Amino acid sequence: MSATRRPLAGLPAGLARDRDDGLVAGVCAGVARWIGVDPLVVRVATVILALANGVGVVAYVVAWVLLPAELAGDTAEPEAEGTRERAGELALGVGCITFGMLLLVRWSAPFFPDTLVWPAAIAGLGIGLALARAGDGEQTRWRALTGRLPGNPVSALRAGWVAWLRILAGAALLVVGLGTFLASNGALASLGVIGVSVLATVLGGALLLGPWIARLGTQLGRERRERIRSEERADMAAHLHDSVLQTLALIQRHADSPQEARSLARRQERELRAWLYDDRRPPGGDGAPTTLTAALDRLADEVEADHRGMQVEVVVVGDCPLDPGVEALVKASREAVVNAVKHSGRSEVSVYAEVTGGRVEAFVRDRGQGFDPATVDGDRHGISRSIVSRMARHGGRAAVHSAPGEGTEVSLTVSCTPEAPS
Amino acid sequence: MTRVFLVDDHRLFLSGVRAELAGRAEIVGEATDVESAVEGIRRTGPDVVLLDVHLPGGGGRAVIETVRPTHPDVVFLALSVSDAAEDVIAVIRAGARGYVTKTIGADDLADAVERVRDGDAVFSPRLAGFVLDAFAGDLPAGAALDPELDQITPREREVLRLLARGYTYKEIARRLEVSIKTIETHVSSVLRKLQLSSRHELTRWATDRRLI
Repeated sequence: MSATRRPLAGLPAGLARDRDDGLVAGVCAGVARWIGVDPLVVRVATVILALANGVGVVAYVVAWVLLPAELAGDTAEPEAEGTRERAGELALGVGCITFGMLLLVRWSAPFFPDTLVWPAAIAGLGIGLALARAGDGEQTRWRALTGRLPGNPVSALRAGWVAWLRILAGAALLVVGLGTFLASNGALASLGVIGVSVLATVLGGALLLGPWIARLGTQLGRERRERIRSEERADMAAHLHDSVLQTLALIQRHADSPQEARSLARRQERELRAWLYDDRRPPGGDGAPTTLTAALDRLADEVEADHRGMQVEVVVVGDCPLDPGVEALVKASREAVVNAVKHSGRSEVSVYAEVTGGRVEAFVRDRGQGFDPATVDGDRHGISRSIVSRMARHGGRAAVHSAPGEGTEVSLTVSCTPEAPS
Repeated sequence: MTRVFLVDDHRLFLSGVRAELAGRAEIVGEATDVESAVEGIRRTGPDVVLLDVHLPGGGGRAVIETVRPTHPDVVFLALSVSDAAEDVIAVIRAGARGYVTKTIGADDLADAVERVRDGDAVFSPRLAGFVLDAFAGDLPAGAALDPELDQITPREREVLRLLARGYTYKEIARRLEVSIKTIETHVSSVLRKLQLSSRHELTRWATDRRLI
């Protein structure tokens, strides 16, 4: 909502909502990053204040509106070591401020829900103790844990007696907090001791592990995004290496032969363009073509590769699958193109194919010297006859139009199975 | 001599075009991005702008849309290696008078510049193919489309197909036994339809690219 808004003039630099790490709007995460403590500390403080006549909710919404949004990646990560050492003191500081505000609210507001706030505060302290990131050792284990998900989160807690003591103390405080809450509401009396302790344990477990699991999920998602991104990058790099870089190297080696260099460049251009812009045209080399468009592109590639310096311009309107009739048309087109390359005396041949109403029409045209169909020599006559008979075998037609000085055009027609609507 | 302004973000290509057009057109300026192109065109007031489809800062389309309201008499000819139909069609719809690929020869390019300056449309075989694709098929029944704009006439289709087959205007005119002027009229009419039509293919192209 406020991604484009300018930050308020009075705000300290670096204080912003952290939408990457945030749960709701990133206010707590942002404030925590600015102070340099774990977001959990600020979150617990906010929840406790929220229970105290809604002060926390008001503060949260005000901060939401005032603070500019910012992604975690936009600012440099705080220096890990100094922050770690200070984190405990700062957490204590946040706790003291929260406590002070609680007393303030209690003094100023007549309806202060004691029964809700104090158990919450005790339970929050418990959660904080259990989940606080103690030091670099535990930090490493966190990383190890996220690295080999799915695993048992508890295994990461085999951290030595200090961590165990911390967690036990936290859990005890949590149970006390919940118990106090339930007792003050008279729930204890009706439930019985065992029921209450089971309930408290389950609730405590959920509170302890919930944020942890949520955080693991976030980290897992981020990792997956990162992996997809790097795979795409690797794909791109592989393609550029296989095709573009190879071609550039070849062009340098053939720098003294302009025809060779031009032909290489052209072939690469066609392939790269197909790769960038057109999904239906697989770049050359990836198996046999399955559509008319792909087959004609392949034809142009191959003829240009065999006959250095020739340009075969292909324009296709519509497309259809490569059934036997269409394949015959492609082969006949190829003969016509090769014929034009050999005899026209020009370096350009254009191929135009159009698929309309269950029919493929193709035209192979050059602007070369042309010939008089009545007086052609054996070779050219044979080729045009082989084109005509090839098309006839598949129920198609072929015609050759030419006159001396007018260029040559071969037109081919065959029926095709229409393309499935995409 | 035609006063030409070049816009392309590849300096190597700019110098190539400059060398090719030397003696056939007067190059009044060059630019490599949208902002400097708009500023340069407004300052020099060229006859024809040779415009790359892909440009940093919004593409050739942004240049046309910014300059046209203040300088309606400047003519644009799109020049690109891009084969993506939607990019090319977008620039044409923004107001370019034609599209040629960068592999075009020097003579053909000089000829194309003069033809757009004289008010004609310049269709390369590839653009003709794109347009045939765009206007392919019958209009959906009951669609609120304007048949004047959303369908090309059989004669126009014939001209486009011959263009796609690699024929020049002169050859088409001889083949269809009409004057070159008639062919130019047909092509201009197709260009107008391409720019104004609301056929769903065009609209879809545009919305896919968030152009509307």
